[in-house]
Amino acid sequence: MNAFLETFFKPNLIAQYLPSILRGVVTTIEIAFAVVVTGLVLGLLLAIIRSFQIKPVNALIVIFVDMFRALPPLVIVLLVYFGLPNVGISIPSFAVLWLVLSLVLAAFAEEIFWAGILSVPKGQWEAARSTGLTFLATLGYIVLPQAVRLTVPPITNRTVAITKNTALGMVIGVPEILNQATSAQSFSGNATPLMMGALAYIVLFIPVVALGRFLETRFAWRRG
Amino acid sequence: MDALLHQFFNLDIMARALPLVLQGLQQTVLLCLIVIPLGLIGGLIFALASLSSSLSVRWGMIVAIDFFRAVPPLVLLIFIYSGLPFAGIRLSPLAAVALAFFLNTSSYYGEIYRAGIESVGRGQWDAARSTGLSAFHTLASVVLPQAIRNVLPDLVSNTVEVVKLTSIASVVALPELLYSADMARSLTFNASPIVLAAAIYLVMLWPVVRLISRLERRMAS
Repeated sequence: MNAFLETFFKPNLIAQYLPSILRGVVTTIEIAFAVVVTGLVLGLLLAIIRSFQIKPVNALIVIFVDMFRALPPLVIVLLVYFGLPNVGISIPSFAVLWLVLSLVLAAFAEEIFWAGILSVPKGQWEAARSTGLTFLATLGYIVLPQAVRLTVPPITNRTVAITKNTALGMVIGVPEILNQATSAQSFSGNATPLMMGALAYIVLFIPVVALGRFLETRFAWRRG
Repeated sequence: MDALLHQFFNLDIMARALPLVLQGLQQTVLLCLIVIPLGLIGGLIFALASLSSSLSVRWGMIVAIDFFRAVPPLVLLIFIYSGLPFAGIRLSPLAAVALAFFLNTSSYYGEIYRAGIESVGRGQWDAARSTGLSAFHTLASVVLPQAIRNVLPDLVSNTVEVVKLTSIASVVALPELLYSADMARSLTFNASPIVLAAAIYLVMLWPVVRLISRLERRMAS
């Protein structure tokens, strides 16, 4: 038991590395927040553009969405991080992580919002339009409020899953939690910093995972 | 433009990297053949435990599932691969990946199975049991077939996520597709091998992603 504590919960190491782990927590929260805002806004925007049903535009949206759903995020991260500097574009590693995860979230969010828009019966569109509402007013006041409500649980779960990918930042040197924890581990030769990093993720994400579980039961998709 | 083509779509370099990348692909396929069945079976066990009639088993399982859904898979993998050796447990990259994936993907599959089982009405259980079927038989021949059909799009979509997730095995130096491509990148100072790997992922997964969209639309209507 003592050996276990010495390996994973060594008090003086906890004190020593707490500041750097906390700096990692701040970085993780900053990037996660930026990803959630950019990704969801872009995803909703794409779903709205798609509802105009312009054939070539929709084809482009579907290609974008499919590609970002099919490619592993780490592959895109490495591609952008190592590829772009060689063609003269250099962006800092945290921006690479933010950009890639935002695009991935946008792709998944578009698909979910679009499914939500489609789930609103056609009759609602027709009734709203026949009362004289414009296309945008119908979308904004009638369709989206119903569609977004339906999409809350799947969007929450997907957003959590993609936000957790901020840990991939370790691979390209973004100073987020995992990066701080692994470098502290190699300095100290002890697993305590790694345990602290894992606990930091649990403290950050358990509430959102639990929220997702709660929303799932509250707004469950009704299936026939 | 020329620089862009040279840097990302250099056919010469792709041709040279191809044998290495194909070796990586073989490892990725092998890895999938290990972790997907492991997750599908583990998920079923997790789901049944989270529906157990014993309150402590049920809550214990739900806490465990949320725990493994809250920890990023890469964190779990690094903890197992480079944290556990400090406690005297030293696993090979493959064993570490298998264990991390088992814990992570079983939790996700488990939640999907659970939603499926809950979508089958209680009356089906009661009816099946009252005709004399055993609990196991009821589950296997009555409840699960309907449950799985109800959540098929989610099961397929999670499987795509698992295949994509195998790319993080590269971080613990398991020579799978991304690892080999990145190795080729660092030898050639050119990103084309990663584009090649991306193309391979797309060829494998794009049809499945299309299929999921279609399945989801059919479920919604």
